[in-house]
Amino acid sequence: MEVFVQQLINGLTLGSIYGLIAIGYTMVFGIIGMVNFAHGDVFMVSTFIALVTLLIVTTWIGISSVVIALFIVLVVAMTLTSLVNWAIERLAYRPLRGSFRLAPLISAIGMSIFLSNFVQVAQGPRNKSVPPLVQGEFILMDGGVYQVTLSYKQLIVWAVTAILLAAFWYVVSRTALGRSQRACEQDQKMAALLGVDVDRTISITFVMGAALAAVAGTMYLMYYGVVNFNDGFVPGVKAFTAAVLGGIGSLPGAVIGGLLIGLIETMWSAYFSIDYKDVAAFAILAVTLIFLPQGILGRPDVEKV
Amino acid sequence: MTEPLLSIRGVKASYGHVAALKGVDLDVSEGEIVTLIGANGAGKSTLMMTVFGKPRAHAGQIIYSGEDITRRPTHLIARMRIAQAPEGRRIFARMSVYENLQMGAAVNPDADFEQNLEHVLGLFPRLAQRLHQRGGTLSGGEQQMLAIARALMGKPRLLLLDEPSLGLAPLIAQQIFDIIHELNARDRLTVFLVEQNAYHALKLAHRGYVMVNGLITMAGSGRDLLERPEVKAAYLEGGRH
Repeated sequence: MEVFVQQLINGLTLGSIYGLIAIGYTMVFGIIGMVNFAHGDVFMVSTFIALVTLLIVTTWIGISSVVIALFIVLVVAMTLTSLVNWAIERLAYRPLRGSFRLAPLISAIGMSIFLSNFVQVAQGPRNKSVPPLVQGEFILMDGGVYQVTLSYKQLIVWAVTAILLAAFWYVVSRTALGRSQRACEQDQKMAALLGVDVDRTISITFVMGAALAAVAGTMYLMYYGVVNFNDGFVPGVKAFTAAVLGGIGSLPGAVIGGLLIGLIETMWSAYFSIDYKDVAAFAILAVTLIFLPQGILGRPDVEKV
Repeated sequence: MTEPLLSIRGVKASYGHVAALKGVDLDVSEGEIVTLIGANGAGKSTLMMTVFGKPRAHAGQIIYSGEDITRRPTHLIARMRIAQAPEGRRIFARMSVYENLQMGAAVNPDADFEQNLEHVLGLFPRLAQRLHQRGGTLSGGEQQMLAIARALMGKPRLLLLDEPSLGLAPLIAQQIFDIIHELNARDRLTVFLVEQNAYHALKLAHRGYVMVNGLITMAGSGRDLLERPEVKAAYLEGGRH
C-alpha cells in the first residue's frame, strides 16, 4: 500500500512533466496536422536555458532566495524557448507549408538532430548537474519500514503545472486569440475569410507550445538536477505517446495521457522491472494505435457536413 | 455615375492547370443586389473566393472601394468589411453557435457586438434557441442561417453569398431570400449572390449576370434576364422554381 501511494505521487509528478510537453505536440498537430518531431529537443534546449539562467542568477547575480531564483529561471526559460521555437517555425516549417505532407516532417527530424547536436557541441556531451535547489518533504504515511513522502519539489511541480495549465486553458477556451487558434484548427481558409491572420496564429501556437515545454524543462531540471543533450529524445517520444494516448488534437487528452504515461511508467518500475519501464510505455503506444486509434478523448473523424 | 463598390476586371484564375475563370468582368455598386447564375462548375464559387485571393487571380484586377485588392492577403481583404457566407457554409462545427458569431464579429473591432448579436438573432430567431449548441449539431438550414449570421456580425459593407438556398426546403429558402431583401432594403447592405435557384435569385436582384465556363455571357437587370429566352431555357425550365 505504501509503495503504491508513493509511486502514485511520483507518477503524477513525472506525468505532469510529460503532459506539459504533450500539449506542444497536440496543439501543433491540431493546427497544421504535423507531428513536430523537434518538440522533444525544444524541451531539452529549455532545460539548458534553465540551467544556464540558474547559474547566472545564483552565482553571478547572487540571488539566494530559491523562490525568486526559480521564478526568474522559469520566466527566462519560457521567453527564450518560445523565441527558439518561433524561429524554428519561421525557418524550417513555414517555407514548406503547402508542400507535400512529408516535407515539414522531414524538416522537423532535421531540426531535432540539429538541436541536440548543437547543444552537445555547445555544452558538451556529459551530464550537467545543479545542486539540489529545494530540499525537504512531508511524511504522509509512516508504515514503519516504508515512509510515504511528498517532497517540496514534487509539490512545486504540481502547483506550477496546475497554475500554468489553468492559465493556458483560459487562453485557449475563453479569449479571442484562443478562438482564432481553434478556428484555424478547424478550417484555415474560413478563418482567413473572417480576418484571422493564419500564419501569425500558427506562430503563436508554436510559441505557446514552447512556453509550456519550458515550464516542463525548468521543472525537470529542478526535480532531477541533471540534464544531458540527449534528454530531448526519450521524454519527447513519451510525451508524444501521451498525446496519442489522450487523443491527438485534444488538449485535456494531452494532460490525461501525460499523467497516465507517468503513472504506468512508475508503477511498472515498482512492481515489475525498472529496466523495462520504457518498453511498457511504448507498448502502450502500440496498443493504443491498434485498439483506440483516436485516443481517449480524441474525436471520431465523422462529422456532420 | 459613381464608382462601383466592387469592380472585377478581366480576372483569370485557375486550379493548377485547370482554368476556372477566363477573364471575368463584373461590377457591384453600393446598395445593389447582384445575382450571378450559372451551371455547376461554371466558376461562380471560384469567382467569390478569388475576390478574397483564394485562389489568387493571375490576371486582371479586383478593385474594392477604390483600392486594388488583387494581391492583398486574404485576412486583410476580410478586414475591409467584405464578408462571405461561402460554398459549403464552412461553419466551425466544434464551436458553439455563439463562438461562431464571435468569430464573425472579430473581423471588425469597431462593431458593437451586443447590438449586432441582437440584430442577427432577430433575423434568425432559430439561432437564439441554439446559441450554446455546437455548430456541428445544427440542421442544414440552421447551418446556412449561422453562416449568413456570422458574416453579418462584422457589419459588412459588401456581403457575398454562395448558394444560400442550396439543400434547403423551399419555405426556408424563401425565408432566406426575404431576409436578404430586407437587409438590402432596410440597411442598404450591398449583396453579391451566387445561385442555382435562378428564378428566386433573379427576382430578388437589381442586376444579374450569367456565367458559362468561366466567362460572363449575359448581363442585365434581374427582370430583363428572367424574360430572356436563353435564360429561361437553360436555367428556369425543369420545374426548379
